[in-house]
Amino acid sequence: MSQQPSVKGDVHQALAHDSALRHVTGEAKYIDDMAEPAGCLHAAIGMAEVARAQLQKLDLKAVVDTPGVELVLSAEDFGEHNDISPTGRNDEPVFAHKEIEFYGQPLFAVIAQTREIARRAAKKAIVTYSESATPVIDVDQALGQANRDLVTEPLTLKKGNADLVLANAGNRLAGCLHVGGQDHFYLEGHIALAVPGEGNEMLVWSSTQHPSEVQHMVAHTLGIASHAVTVKVRRMGGGFGGKETQSNLFAVVASLAARKTARAVKLRPDRDDDMIMTGKRHDFRIDYDVGFDDEGAILALKGQFAARCGYSADLSGPVTDRALFHADNAYYLPAAELRSVPLKTNTVSNTAFRGFGGPQGLLSAERVIEEIAYHLGKDPLDVRLQNLYGIDERNITPYHQTITDNILHRLITTLETDANYRKRRQDIIAFNKDSRCIRKGIALTPVKFGISFTATWMNQAGALLQVYRDGSILLNHGGTEMGQGLFIKVAQVIANELQVDIDRIQVTATATDKVPNTSATAASSGSDLNAMAALDAAQKIKSRLITFAAGHYNTSTESIRFINNHVYAGSQRIKFDDLIEAAYMGRTSLSATGFYRTPDIHWDRDTGTGRPFFYYAYGASVSEVSIDLLTGEYQVDRTDILHDVGNSLNPAIDRGQIEGGFVQGMGWLTTEELWWDDKGRLRTHAPSTYKIPLASDRPKVFNVKLAEWSKNPERTIRRSKAVGEPPLMLAVSVLEALSMAVASVADYAICPRLNTPATPEVILSAVEKLKAEI
Amino acid sequence: MTLSPDVQANTPHPTLLTFLRTTRRLTGSKEGCAEGDCGACTVLIGRLLRGELVYETVNACIRPLSTVHACHVVTVEHLARPDYSHNDRHNERQGPVNQPAVSSVQASISDQAVNNASATNRSATHTPTRELNKSGQAQLGGQLHPVQNAMAECNGSQCGFCTPGIVMSLYALQLENTHPEVADIERALQGNLCRCTGYQPIIEAALKATSASHKSTQPDKLFSSYKKVQQRLQAIHTEKMQSFHYLDHCTYRPANTEQLAELLASVDDTTLIAGSTDVGLWINKEFRDVSPLVSIAHIESLHQITQDEHGLTLGACVTYSEAAPVLLLTYPELTDYWYRIGGEQIRNMGTVGGNIANGSPIGDTPPVLIALGASVRLSSSQGSRDLLLEDYFIDYGIQDLHDSEFIESVFIPAPVTDKDRQTHLAAYKISKRFDEDISTLCCALSLTLSGGRVIAAVFAYGGMAATPKRAAAAELAVIGEYWTEETLENACMEIANDFSPLSDWRASAGYRQLVASNLLRRFYLETAGGDGMQTQLDRSAVAP
Repeated sequence: MSQQPSVKGDVHQALAHDSALRHVTGEAKYIDDMAEPAGCLHAAIGMAEVARAQLQKLDLKAVVDTPGVELVLSAEDFGEHNDISPTGRNDEPVFAHKEIEFYGQPLFAVIAQTREIARRAAKKAIVTYSESATPVIDVDQALGQANRDLVTEPLTLKKGNADLVLANAGNRLAGCLHVGGQDHFYLEGHIALAVPGEGNEMLVWSSTQHPSEVQHMVAHTLGIASHAVTVKVRRMGGGFGGKETQSNLFAVVASLAARKTARAVKLRPDRDDDMIMTGKRHDFRIDYDVGFDDEGAILALKGQFAARCGYSADLSGPVTDRALFHADNAYYLPAAELRSVPLKTNTVSNTAFRGFGGPQGLLSAERVIEEIAYHLGKDPLDVRLQNLYGIDERNITPYHQTITDNILHRLITTLETDANYRKRRQDIIAFNKDSRCIRKGIALTPVKFGISFTATWMNQAGALLQVYRDGSILLNHGGTEMGQGLFIKVAQVIANELQVDIDRIQVTATATDKVPNTSATAASSGSDLNAMAALDAAQKIKSRLITFAAGHYNTSTESIRFINNHVYAGSQRIKFDDLIEAAYMGRTSLSATGFYRTPDIHWDRDTGTGRPFFYYAYGASVSEVSIDLLTGEYQVDRTDILHDVGNSLNPAIDRGQIEGGFVQGMGWLTTEELWWDDKGRLRTHAPSTYKIPLASDRPKVFNVKLAEWSKNPERTIRRSKAVGEPPLMLAVSVLEALSMAVASVADYAICPRLNTPATPEVILSAVEKLKAEI
Repeated sequence: MTLSPDVQANTPHPTLLTFLRTTRRLTGSKEGCAEGDCGACTVLIGRLLRGELVYETVNACIRPLSTVHACHVVTVEHLARPDYSHNDRHNERQGPVNQPAVSSVQASISDQAVNNASATNRSATHTPTRELNKSGQAQLGGQLHPVQNAMAECNGSQCGFCTPGIVMSLYALQLENTHPEVADIERALQGNLCRCTGYQPIIEAALKATSASHKSTQPDKLFSSYKKVQQRLQAIHTEKMQSFHYLDHCTYRPANTEQLAELLASVDDTTLIAGSTDVGLWINKEFRDVSPLVSIAHIESLHQITQDEHGLTLGACVTYSEAAPVLLLTYPELTDYWYRIGGEQIRNMGTVGGNIANGSPIGDTPPVLIALGASVRLSSSQGSRDLLLEDYFIDYGIQDLHDSEFIESVFIPAPVTDKDRQTHLAAYKISKRFDEDISTLCCALSLTLSGGRVIAAVFAYGGMAATPKRAAAAELAVIGEYWTEETLENACMEIANDFSPLSDWRASAGYRQLVASNLLRRFYLETAGGDGMQTQLDRSAVAP
């Protein structure tokens, strides 16, 4: 195959994002950039200003009387359909009705002639509350309650008898890790534009990763059938999981307002309101108890993973499940007992965020490694290598899936050598001896991340491919484009399959009326699922073309070949365009749907066993940092990454995911702090107070490589691997390096036990604590 | 459903961004935060400064439209737009950007100066070229600006929402610096957030664009139009007081300080606005009634910078960017600190006078100015008075400023030159994120030694009290003493007596307290006991 002349934009090529030119010119249209339908109204949401109370009275008279206000909506207007719970638990009202469960909970909406009028009018509501009990704000408080309130069923993973092994272990350490949450900070905030049609019809433009769910929620809340609702999204200005379920609120409010006013309604919350009203990454308190031998080999691990879920379930069930699935990270646990505690709190309901609980679980595994290393006085890398999953043995996870594709040994040793880890660690230890104010640290950490939705039924996708008479191709699939380059990757696969230049392929806005019943673009699954579905459609059309061509050119179907914009039929060479026109004239269907379901996966949550993941993606990173012992300030001096994307569909796009994921993970672990006050008010709800990384925060030296030798042993699309989430966890090397720099003040004999985010204050207080302990 | 006649009055003081996006339908500039922190709305503003036309990046989201009168606004649409019809037969080219009629509110604003680079102009000057790069994708080298080309080629965009703002920041950098290094690029991007890329490809694009620009023989469009725009802005210039009325709301635009003084004497409850880096948030986030606004950023005399043997005088509307060349030449020790004030856009908008006037305890410049012994000139129609800056701050939200007064200038006395005396100056800022963050605490420390003994000390802190405040007890502990570790530690002990800081989302009181004294320790190591040791992180950038 490789001898063939390649089509333009072939699969595996490093192509720019399909919208790159539109991005740089400002021409790419986001929903707020679209021309508004004539008479478009604008909505704003009024929020609760207490964290836990009964709603006594909602007086909206002053709101309604504001000039320019057309309508107000509250819980009553949604009637029996006042629910957007994505789990069907009926625990998430659109608007609070009687009970207020978090500060910032939506109470009502104002619909007015301009967005300004709506926003200002929303402030005029007079709300009477009766504050009942003390709000439960954080994990520690929720765990401490006599009657712990859970939002969903907890999960326990058991392998062997951990208690027994722990009791007999030569060494045993227990500790606690607080892992902070994270706001998505997609640059484009939430937005929905609802345009009413004839009868029941409603067209909703929504910035969402899950158009089918928005469709379902709009239909449900309006009390109409799904076929009356069309949801479209051309692109999002970032999603990161924050638009998997959180778009529902804005879409249903805009839609009901559009229904009631018979006018288009746009709802775009202000950044601060968006950050207050929508869910975030779950913060966790993880209590661990590990037994290990004198060499550092883990014998057993017990862990309790308590998460702040907020007031409702949302996706907290699968998120806390995934924390357990990654509590081993890359390490073999001979015995394990891992329990999730999905706690209900009076805070916004936490949701999906790149990694989906996995990063939090993974972090606890790396903490355990650190504990053992500092206890035994070893280089943590040696403890890591010692505990890595085996290839043919020591390869069964705590959920009893056998790992069959482990490439960690090669990945880690290659990176260790390329980044000169051992020598640099020695140099750093020498540097630290003589440096009074500045200390350095270095760490190499691996990532093993399971790929597939753990809700097995979600691992399906559809596509629609249409070839027009001029040979141009329209491609549509259920995946949404949020910047991750899904559209270009899928288009490359189709270009390759049909052997046509990519210019010929137009990927259009994801739309529920083109491809129905789609899964969220989430769990890193976008290209795995949608490219396969699109490929299926392409193969159907190709097969019809082959049949047609064999007859038309009087040759065998076996002799038909598609090569570089041409079709070879026996001795004839026909331009692709000409074949299409001929096929049309020969009454051949040139439109096909495609479908894909991930094979071989199954999961029994009740027993905690199965094969939830089709395969694993791997990676490793080395980071070197400096810290200031006087202030706790720090910087990342260098990061080297070696990451596994299998046979990359597009190395440029994949590299972008790796670099971006790493820096986003770094933000999560360092400067991004969600800070609630004792009243339950989030006080870091804008970029002025919530600090995501800047250009000057990225590693000063940043070497990123793909493990080009890796091919996915599973039958994935062109043997590639998913890339969305795994790289985020490469940033754990930054935290571990910070930890080493802190540990230097106590001669590396005490595990610093850094909680995250490791802000300068966390670093400085750890330094002071260790100084006091020696 | 009838439109109430006073509906429009509910939308006071529309921002430049709203005007661009909603009225002019120039939607390339995005709203990411509406508080000047993310940079998605970055545009260039050209204005006359001492007769010269200068272009700088600003955050359009917090800039009331009425404050850009007589300015040339340059948006991303000015740069280029690919002509898809030449390489992609399945896309229709967008039509020319409409130029809607000027609405009543903007009638007095120089609407013509808003540059949207109409499509007709562009197609007349460029011949689109059809090229395909090695990956087979369409490329339009003839039409895109080198920054745009490089951003696309280096994969500098993913979701694309921050991209127009980043393109504008890099474009502005190219206009002023033909050989930017990584550090310059990082500085130019301090006010631009990207959540997708991790920035590495953006830095690479900026470097690549630089080399591409060098090969270009065409001068930038803004240089070509310089004279014309300069003349048009000069033609708009007036010595008369102007006012822009928007139904109930009003922005006054006095032409000089005399008119300003008269205005403040005769009109109550005014809000002075210069860079709008604070007032913009009052409008967008707090819905505060700021009318009538008094826009002063354009007043030429308030931009004066004069330096003589007595010292340095900065007009109140001197921006952080304008102050930098002179201030940092005189006090190079302040350089790193100065470039940690906001991001580039904020430094181009925010003014030294404004940073003082708002009385914030966490402003970055007051501690520095206090350490330099600065005074402020407060003026009104009754005359002027000079006040030591440290006396200006009375308590939280309370300053020694009368209703009809305004800050006219800041005076920094020249350092005493005496060969027997040695003065050390340092300024430190601590924040959660290194760049573009509000100080958790900051300080400016000045110490004068004579014969080894401390003869003068000013330890001025921000973020430690309700106002910018000197550590009086710590200062006292060092005066007259030899500058030794023992003296230092005595001073550090006194910090606890000087301050009772708050705990908030930036840090706990304990952290602030400890770091306040640790910064004294850092200062000591850098001025006496450190023996050249590394006392701070090495923030210097590394070229890829």
